Amino acid sequence: MIAGKPRSIRIAAVAVALLLAACEPGVLNPAGPVAAGERTVLLNSLVIMLGIVIPTIVATLAFAWWFRAGNTRATYLPTWTYSGRVELLVWSVPALVVIFLAGITWIGSHDLAPEKPLASKVAPIEVQVVALDWKWLFIYPGQNVATVNRLVIPVGTPVRFRITSGTVMNSFFVPQLGSQIYAMSGMDSRLHLQADQPGSYRGMSAHYSGEGFADMNFVVDAVPRAQFAGWVAQTRAAGPLLDGPGFAELAREASSVKTPFSYRAVLPGLYDRIVAHAGAAVRDTADSGREDKK
Amino acid sequence: MSPLHPVEMGQISPIFGKLNWDSIPFDEPLPLVSSAVVAIAILSILGWVWKKGLFPYLWKEWITSVDHKRIGVMYCVLAAVMLLRGFSDALLMRSQQAIAYMNPGYLPPDHYDQIFSAHGTIMIFFVAMTFMIGLMNFALPLQLGVRDVAFPTLNSVSFWLTASGALLLNISLVVGEFAKTGWVVYPPLSELRFSPGVGVDYYLWAIQISGVGTLLSGVNLVTTILKMRAPGMGYTRMPMFCWTSLAANLLIVAAFPILTATLAMLTLDRYLGFHFFTNEAGGNQMMFVNLIWAWGHPEVYILILPAFGIFSEVVSTFSGKPLFGYRSMIAATMVICILSFMVWLHHFFTMGAGADVNGFFGITTMIIAVPTGVKVFNWLFTMYGGRIRFTSMMLWSLGFMVTFVIGGMTGVLLAVPPADFVLHNSLFLVAHFHNVVIGGVLFGAFAGLTYWWPKAFGFTLDERWGKRAFWFWIVGFYVAFMPLYVLGLMGMTRRLGHYDVAAWHPWLIAAAVGAVLIAIGIACQIVMIYVSIRDRERLADTSGDPWDGRTLEWITTSPPPPFNFAVLPNVQGEEAYWDIKSRALEKKQLSDRPEYEHFEMPHNSPTGIVTAFFATVMGFALIWHIWWMVILGFLGAWATFVVFAWRDEAEYEVPAEEARRRDAERRRAKAILLGLPEDSVA
Amino acid sequence: MSAQAAARHGGHGHGGGDPNHLGHGDTPISEQGPASKRIVVAYGFWIFLLSDFIMFSGFFAAYAVLVGETAGGPGGRDLFELPLVAGETALLLLSSFACGMAGIAMHARSIKWFQVAMAATALLGAGFLALELYEFLHLIGEGAGPGRSAFLSAFFALVGCHGVHVALGLAWLTTMMAQVWTKGFREDIDRRIACFMLFWHALDIIWVALFTVVYLLGAGAAT
Repeated sequence: MIAGKPRSIRIAAVAVALLLAACEPGVLNPAGPVAAGERTVLLNSLVIMLGIVIPTIVATLAFAWWFRAGNTRATYLPTWTYSGRVELLVWSVPALVVIFLAGITWIGSHDLAPEKPLASKVAPIEVQVVALDWKWLFIYPGQNVATVNRLVIPVGTPVRFRITSGTVMNSFFVPQLGSQIYAMSGMDSRLHLQADQPGSYRGMSAHYSGEGFADMNFVVDAVPRAQFAGWVAQTRAAGPLLDGPGFAELAREASSVKTPFSYRAVLPGLYDRIVAHAGAAVRDTADSGREDKK
Repeated sequence: MSPLHPVEMGQISPIFGKLNWDSIPFDEPLPLVSSAVVAIAILSILGWVWKKGLFPYLWKEWITSVDHKRIGVMYCVLAAVMLLRGFSDALLMRSQQAIAYMNPGYLPPDHYDQIFSAHGTIMIFFVAMTFMIGLMNFALPLQLGVRDVAFPTLNSVSFWLTASGALLLNISLVVGEFAKTGWVVYPPLSELRFSPGVGVDYYLWAIQISGVGTLLSGVNLVTTILKMRAPGMGYTRMPMFCWTSLAANLLIVAAFPILTATLAMLTLDRYLGFHFFTNEAGGNQMMFVNLIWAWGHPEVYILILPAFGIFSEVVSTFSGKPLFGYRSMIAATMVICILSFMVWLHHFFTMGAGADVNGFFGITTMIIAVPTGVKVFNWLFTMYGGRIRFTSMMLWSLGFMVTFVIGGMTGVLLAVPPADFVLHNSLFLVAHFHNVVIGGVLFGAFAGLTYWWPKAFGFTLDERWGKRAFWFWIVGFYVAFMPLYVLGLMGMTRRLGHYDVAAWHPWLIAAAVGAVLIAIGIACQIVMIYVSIRDRERLADTSGDPWDGRTLEWITTSPPPPFNFAVLPNVQGEEAYWDIKSRALEKKQLSDRPEYEHFEMPHNSPTGIVTAFFATVMGFALIWHIWWMVILGFLGAWATFVVFAWRDEAEYEVPAEEARRRDAERRRAKAILLGLPEDSVA
Repeated sequence: MSAQAAARHGGHGHGGGDPNHLGHGDTPISEQGPASKRIVVAYGFWIFLLSDFIMFSGFFAAYAVLVGETAGGPGGRDLFELPLVAGETALLLLSSFACGMAGIAMHARSIKWFQVAMAATALLGAGFLALELYEFLHLIGEGAGPGRSAFLSAFFALVGCHGVHVALGLAWLTTMMAQVWTKGFREDIDRRIACFMLFWHALDIIWVALFTVVYLLGAGAAT
């Protein structure tokens, strides 16, 4: 009677949620081994915990219902305040569940460590990621090209990301490929991902970074290897050159980029210079204590 | 990469600092109109107070009061008002996200970013914390069987400093702007270079000033619990709420100084060009993240532990049984208290600290689930064999138990680093912490408010409207936040002002509907308070013990005399009042009348409000770089303390006769309640 | 106020507020009712001091993290002059000694000697502050101000935070002198003096840690 309503709503909500979330692109639709591994860990942990959470909820509602003041059949035990057996149970059951989960956590943390290279026979490619206001710069040192807001990667090939920021903190995240890692100025963070199925995936900044944050999205195109080589050749053929001044110009223009574009060549060592200089110099003003709107 | 030039700050006048007419957002109707409405509301309330001639009463009985009960009530009023403000922000955000699919919505980023920053800051510091500190203030001395807290005047200072912080934060609505950095102001975004406006400064000084209040309140309540208890009340006889409050206040004392230091460093960066967290000159933004969460995680337990205590009292009282596994609960509370300092890194697994570090902090986080689970089970077994009365407080508690285990589960899920790598900063996280903060802290606050309301005012709250409020709140909560879990799994990150993913749109509309349901719940609560005040005769609590209570606050009258107890009760067991009540029923007579003696109570003092006035002046001056006013504010605050220290008459005497008279009233009420003969001598 | 009254009337309080008289009778100390006001005040102030220590540990932690971040600027070895710091240490420790003497004078109820000892405490504390100020101005003049590098930011903040505490302590100290001057010794004034003394000695403890971690280790560190 009393608490039955929220429960049914909850169960329905969870069921519908899981059903629908599974149909939409998200972290439950992995397109690569890292995201798949993370989904497994997530669902395993969830199921293990549901094993204790559902009985607890049921018991809460059942006890509350049965021991209602009007129920003459329920026994009143006004002095029952301690039971060694119950105490043993209430400490040991959560403890056992947590020990089990701790195992999953420890193994999962090591297996799916973002800094750990992926086991593969295919040689990885490297992409250097620079978060800017409010766009993403991807530098391909091996291919000597760069793109903004579009990441093209070959399918089935591990990608070794090096991630930094030319501005404030951001987080590099492609939900369907897996782990996100913070992009921080002066830091050179590692992340290894791989796409197993060709397709176009949504990428974003998952850490709020100011005015243009909502538009700080990028697209990941996972293409077959041959197509990737073709794309590199095509990219090399046109576009501007990304050197020091070019980067400074890109970094200073605080705006989002709707249409991705690319650079035909990149000054060698540019990424390391960005890391060493901890981003780009920006000046800002605020008259009367209020900031300019961009 | 040219060297960085000093940031240009625009014109600074020696008299007005950065302040001028352009500081007021005449071009933005929303904040102007809303603040105009608020201003009119405040002015009309003040006008009404003036017309009714209530100012002297308010000044004497409330504003300058050092009575912990009055201060507790004022904390709760402040929290309730700020809840309305914070919830308006929530409605704005939910409606913005519900319509901003493939369009910019009606809130530009400049505005939207201030709203979510203010929402978080207000809800954590000025709603959740303020409610909890208010309830602790009100109930602790009563439950401990003493006449006041350890430092009554300091208590008043604490409250008014909290109010001062809240005031500064709200001034930012009209004068200048608020932070656009999120509620934990991560640098470098919050550094001068990226946030040159006064928004972050408002945040910093509002939080520092109210933080001083919180710290002093923590010191006060720790001392109260450890050094001021009725005779016979050993540590293992304290009510559970006292234990969880002790743990929470120890956490305040241990964690808030970290916040003070961290924000002071950011302040130095912004005001004096230091390089703690800047991008350049070796500053370290990761240090800020570590420091803020070294405070921030214990902060979560500062909020939830007192709520746990309230649920313990409510579940026990309305099950008609003592709390099950009392000592086990104490152990669980203290384990949580200690562990809460060892888990801060789980807020940023995605920083990339390495598998060993992430794994370690993931596991320590899960370990907290063990004592928390023990608590849930102990409430469960408190109900077992009980005779449960389904009052609205019990409903809040049951709603909490069901909701909180879901929030706890998603919390543990976020503590698994591989799962966190895809859920971090997503709406799944937002859903999780609202799940525990609303389902835990806020439900706890509502349960506590309803529970102690008759003690504070002498009449109970209307149950019909209370239950309506509960059902709207809990259904609204599930409708508003379950979709956010789904959106998180769909890869939607937090703090987005607009988006272009069609699949998210229906879920965000559902969430907005949930927010409307919660709004109806809040409306029910306002009606509940109105109806209860209107029907106060019908709802009157003449016995001082409306719930068949078990702890000492129910032994005294409702409302209690300023000194709470004419004679400090003598505690002989874990459930002090229940034992006394049982003995009286057994012997069919009240305990013998004690010897009444005179005692001293502290005088009221305007120290609190005057200090807070100068603190507000100083904070405002610091925000706007008006240096002469800063000095003035500091000197004013110092002078206030000197004046306070110079007074000769700190206490007044309550004569034995007065104690005897008030106690006679109390004994008569108890005799009626228990159906026992009255004293022969009244 | 209430605590004292309760202790007296409940018949369970600590005898006369003497912390050494812990009552080894039948009633455990935790069940003897509210403690005397003197104990409550000192206890509360200790808790406050602990929280202050935690705040300092925040600045210490920041210093430890940033000590190597000189951004190409000078490090501790290039900057710290141990003789000067030794002078500061001597002044501060002597002021603590003088503060202890003031405590004895208070117990002996000698207003004259109390004022003399407090004045000495104040002068020594002011001397310490003057030397610190000199050091800061000197460093800033050399181009080694807090804006030069994260290391210097952390240094100025940590040492400066201690300096601000000393300055506030001086304000408190002179206020207490004025209060004893106008009102003499009184129970509440005694309690405040006791708290001030705890505060002043606590600043010494922090200075010793600061001297060791910042100056000794800093000046000796291999660069």
